[in-house]
Amino acid sequence: MSAISIQQIVKTFPGKHSVVALDHVDLLVESGELFGIIGPDGAGKTTLFRIIATLLLADEGTATLRGMDVVRDYKKIRKVIGYMPGKFSLYQDLTVEENIQFFATLFLTSLEENYDLIKDIYVQLEPFKDRKAGKLSGGMKQKLALCCALIHRPDVLLLDEPTTGVDPVSRKEFWEMLGRLKTSGMTIVVSTPYMDEAVLCDRIALMQTGKILQTDTPQGIIDSYALQLLAIGGDHLYDTLQLLRHFEGTANCFAFGDKLHLSLKDNSYSAASVTAYLEKNGRTDTTVEPIQPGIEDCFMAYL
Amino acid sequence: MIRQFYIFVKKEFIHILRDPKSLLIIIAMPIAQIIIFGFALTNEIKNANFGILVTQPDNTTRTLTERLDASAYFDLALVTDNMEDAEKAFLKDEIKMLVVFEPGFEQALLHTNEAAVNLITDATDPNTATTLRYYASIIIKDYQQELRDAGSLPYSIETNIRMLYNPQLVGAYNFVPGVMGMILLLISAMMTSISIVREKELNTMEVLLASPLQPFLLILSKAVPYVILSLINLTTILVISTTLLDLPIRGSLLLIFAESFLFITTAISLGLMISNITDKQQTALFISLMGLLLPTLILSGFMFPIENMPKAMQILSNAVPTKWFFIIIKNIMIKGLGWASVWKQSLVLVGMTTVFLTVSIVKFKPRLA
Repeated sequence: MSAISIQQIVKTFPGKHSVVALDHVDLLVESGELFGIIGPDGAGKTTLFRIIATLLLADEGTATLRGMDVVRDYKKIRKVIGYMPGKFSLYQDLTVEENIQFFATLFLTSLEENYDLIKDIYVQLEPFKDRKAGKLSGGMKQKLALCCALIHRPDVLLLDEPTTGVDPVSRKEFWEMLGRLKTSGMTIVVSTPYMDEAVLCDRIALMQTGKILQTDTPQGIIDSYALQLLAIGGDHLYDTLQLLRHFEGTANCFAFGDKLHLSLKDNSYSAASVTAYLEKNGRTDTTVEPIQPGIEDCFMAYL
Repeated sequence: MIRQFYIFVKKEFIHILRDPKSLLIIIAMPIAQIIIFGFALTNEIKNANFGILVTQPDNTTRTLTERLDASAYFDLALVTDNMEDAEKAFLKDEIKMLVVFEPGFEQALLHTNEAAVNLITDATDPNTATTLRYYASIIIKDYQQELRDAGSLPYSIETNIRMLYNPQLVGAYNFVPGVMGMILLLISAMMTSISIVREKELNTMEVLLASPLQPFLLILSKAVPYVILSLINLTTILVISTTLLDLPIRGSLLLIFAESFLFITTAISLGLMISNITDKQQTALFISLMGLLLPTLILSGFMFPIENMPKAMQILSNAVPTKWFFIIIKNIMIKGLGWASVWKQSLVLVGMTTVFLTVSIVKFKPRLA
């Protein structure tokens, strides 16, 4: 049985400039998966999470979690999910320990009861257990929030952008924890705007302006990238970028760090034809080499 | 569920205790208000300077002057035998009232049974003038009565003015029950609504909603700390009123606490209703102040008599819970009446509470929007 099943969900926020946050979204998350929802800010990730967490009602479509309807069976669902909202949502004037105890009791359990599950995280928090949650660093806050969302051993864990605003080391640690949690059989749905985190998931859904663009394993998404991709280096990259966007064989071209990624329309173009085009336009110091696409390239191909 | 309730109430107390500024406001506000309303804002007058104009002092004028001077309301500041001096004193604001005895005052009183005293007051402040004139005439009448009882004067018809329950027109008698109602309403309704709306504003509501916590448990846990705080406030008010303001508690203390508990429940259910219609602490604060404080001040009857208001305002005043609480507390505390005199008003409060609570529980949104 799939853990989460979403069919044709539509959610519009009315107003002067009404926004379609979710536009006929379909999604299937299997049991025991670490599922990533990848997309930039404003893609509709948070709205989708809130609908799954029974906190928002969709305008159209149906969604079920473990076969329970998010509208009708919302009380049952709330017993089995662990939800960590995108915005920090613990009590800042309570200490680390008080927060954990509060949420444990709220779910009618205790720290001791499920200690094995959160041990990894808790040992990192323990030195600060008497510190108020509001005084923790960004990374520690997120670990505490994860701890509180996990304390009742939820069946499905929903994490909305848990690593946003967190330093790279803490991000890495956070994902290692998720990897370990997965081995306990928990279904984990996590959203992130960071493309490099996508490969750490079992399957991912690429999301943009309320639509799911593609759902597959990270490798599957990379494999489905049909275009030739070239990395272009050299000086004056901005001028080169402008130049390449006028090249007739360019499908799209974006700056990626200190390189440009250029995808070609079809196989009648190649690295050689690009080099020729650049040299013809006076760029002799550039390097052009074919590369394997990453998730970000796949995402950019949709733009 | 009891564990959930316990930890939630504990959390609420931590919020309150870790925010000393708010706690100070909650505890100090009643004290400040009682003192402001009880002392500074009273319409009673103490130690007003007065003068006497007497051309032929005798025993009676001396006794009357002493009586006036000995009362708490008057201090003798001038004794003169001519009007010029008296007028100068008035202009320099040295006296507020002048007592003029006619020449041969005692003789006239003893032989014709009629003697004239003129009370001249500085009517630039008409309220003070009226009050002073009233106080003075009471003192003079008292003396007249004594003379008559002694048998030295024949029978005559005496108009007997008596102010029931508050013969000295002590302002605190009216203000204390009013301030009690105002403070209990404000603290309970405002703090409850703010503490719920704060959960929304700081996103913690999102996690609470996604948990198995029952909404009524959330509401109940929010209410408990403020019931306790309000009862502490009530005790403070009663202690200050009886010690500092010399206010009597004539009726049953238990009944006062029971009725106050009922009123606190009404106020908290009002606060819950407010928290349902807003997501911002500032809005909740604004609604509490404008929507509760103003009607309480104007329409509960403790500052302005409801009987003098236009019919529409009188009808509107029935919707103000403080009006009913004000009547209840006045009846019990000042008049010393029992349950029989306040059960109707209590029933009104019970009715209001039921409506507010039902609306806030039915309207409580189990989701974010």
